[in-house]
Amino acid sequence: MIAAGSDEAVVFRGISKKYGALVALDAIDLHVPRGQNVAILGPNGAGKTTAISLMLGLRKASAGSLSVFGRDPQDPAVRSRVGSMLQCSGLPEYLRVDEALALFCSYYPTPLPIGELLELAGIRETAGKRIARLSGGQLQRLYFALALCGNPDLLVLDEPTVGLDVEARRALLATIAEISKRGRTVVMSTHYLEEADAVADRVIVIDRGRIIADGTPSEVKGAVGRKRISFTSPAAIDDERFVHSGNRYEALTESPERLLRDLFARDIPIENLTVTGATLEEAFVALTSGGREHVA
Amino acid sequence: MSPEIAPFGPMLRAQTKIELLRLLRVPWFTIATIVFPVMFYAFFGLDQAHMPYMNATVGLYLLASFSAYAIMSLALFSFGASVAAERGSGATRLMRAAPLRPLAYFAGKCIASVAFGGVSILLLVLFARFTGGAELSMPMFAALLTRLLLGSLPFVALGFAVGYMAGLNSSVAILNLITLPLAFASGLFVPLDQLPPFVQSIAPYLPTYHLGQLAWGAVGATSEPWPRAALWLLGYAALFTWIAVRAYYREERKEFA
Repeated sequence: MIAAGSDEAVVFRGISKKYGALVALDAIDLHVPRGQNVAILGPNGAGKTTAISLMLGLRKASAGSLSVFGRDPQDPAVRSRVGSMLQCSGLPEYLRVDEALALFCSYYPTPLPIGELLELAGIRETAGKRIARLSGGQLQRLYFALALCGNPDLLVLDEPTVGLDVEARRALLATIAEISKRGRTVVMSTHYLEEADAVADRVIVIDRGRIIADGTPSEVKGAVGRKRISFTSPAAIDDERFVHSGNRYEALTESPERLLRDLFARDIPIENLTVTGATLEEAFVALTSGGREHVA
Repeated sequence: MSPEIAPFGPMLRAQTKIELLRLLRVPWFTIATIVFPVMFYAFFGLDQAHMPYMNATVGLYLLASFSAYAIMSLALFSFGASVAAERGSGATRLMRAAPLRPLAYFAGKCIASVAFGGVSILLLVLFARFTGGAELSMPMFAALLTRLLLGSLPFVALGFAVGYMAGLNSSVAILNLITLPLAFASGLFVPLDQLPPFVQSIAPYLPTYHLGQLAWGAVGATSEPWPRAALWLLGYAALFTWIAVRAYYREERKEFA
């Protein structure tokens, strides 16, 4: 069933994608081993959706080669093992939720029972509703249920939590984490850095069609290698390395020890000192914008 | 070892079911294919139903006309408007990412349309019989249904062409702009000899005119020989298929290349 040696779920080799003059992906190399849970992080227009469309065989690469489970992603046998949630997708609105699920289950060789799908997506109460009458959040969870119809080995999710409230988002992420624990491969794109941090065991940051960071969430943060120093001071500190609001001062620095030694040497009184690792958000902003304004 | 892809039979069954549900639940499908034909027949066909006309009766003649109109509308709407709706809503992308086989998709639409076409003609026949006393024999019914289903092929192709070119909201309007004038100018609503000479002179070049000829022939009314009507329709089928294929590949290059 599986081509020999394909313990890679997804392989991109030198993949480029151009839309006319626009370069959406620029010679990307990407290997996702089976069982990994990957978050693709990047701002709008970074190339996330293009990468996912290529993975799903919805678009063709301009250059390079790619495979999913060792084969062409358009191969029906590959598509039978992949579940996907797209950003711009729709369903016939006259169908009921259970009818749409039954339809998509018929596309796959080993579908999950409809009851289990409703349960996993948390939409049991909507089973008999017409799709036209679903709320945005319910519709989004129905798309998630459709992605799970075929009991997929690879789950590809393009910004799956868009339009969900806090509770539904937490539930969806917990289900994704659970599916990942069962040994399934997950590739998820997101804007939300806390999602990548909470769910994924690998984070790939892309910007302007290139991979600019790739590692565990802590490695990505480590790649930036900075700590956040925060304290209050009754004294006014005239130092461009800090940003302050009122008497609270903050700085991001690669060597917090030196900065603090410097402060102590100048005998500046400080209170409520905390030194924390940079959040993924900060890592991300620094990586994508090269934003240096707060960097000491 | 589990199979690599889903079996074709259940996939086709599920696909056919949702196409039938579309025809039943989306109001303008039912209106265009069942309500309009019966309503127009009630307007035009009940009066003088027993009068002889073109070697048949007015009742039978108009029954054939409105059956042709119903089948043409069905072919255009069930292939055209549904493809436009699927493209516009993004359902096409979702189905494409899933391992839905194109043959199951296409065959599901065809089976549902044939079934629905049969039902809409049957309703029209029953309506004509019980209100206008137009008696259609079984062989005539069988001939009418067969001729119209085969004759609807160019309209299926035209439906696809519109479906790949029109937007989500414009497709229904465009299809109505195609069906109503074509049907009128071909003598499907009002017999041709009652239309202005200008319309009579262009009618023989319209695909609907030849579909009408097939239908009128099936109920024994005077008509052009069926091979000639079939040839005209075949020519139109080739033309519309060419347009539909071009539109399909244009869409393909835009959305999925």
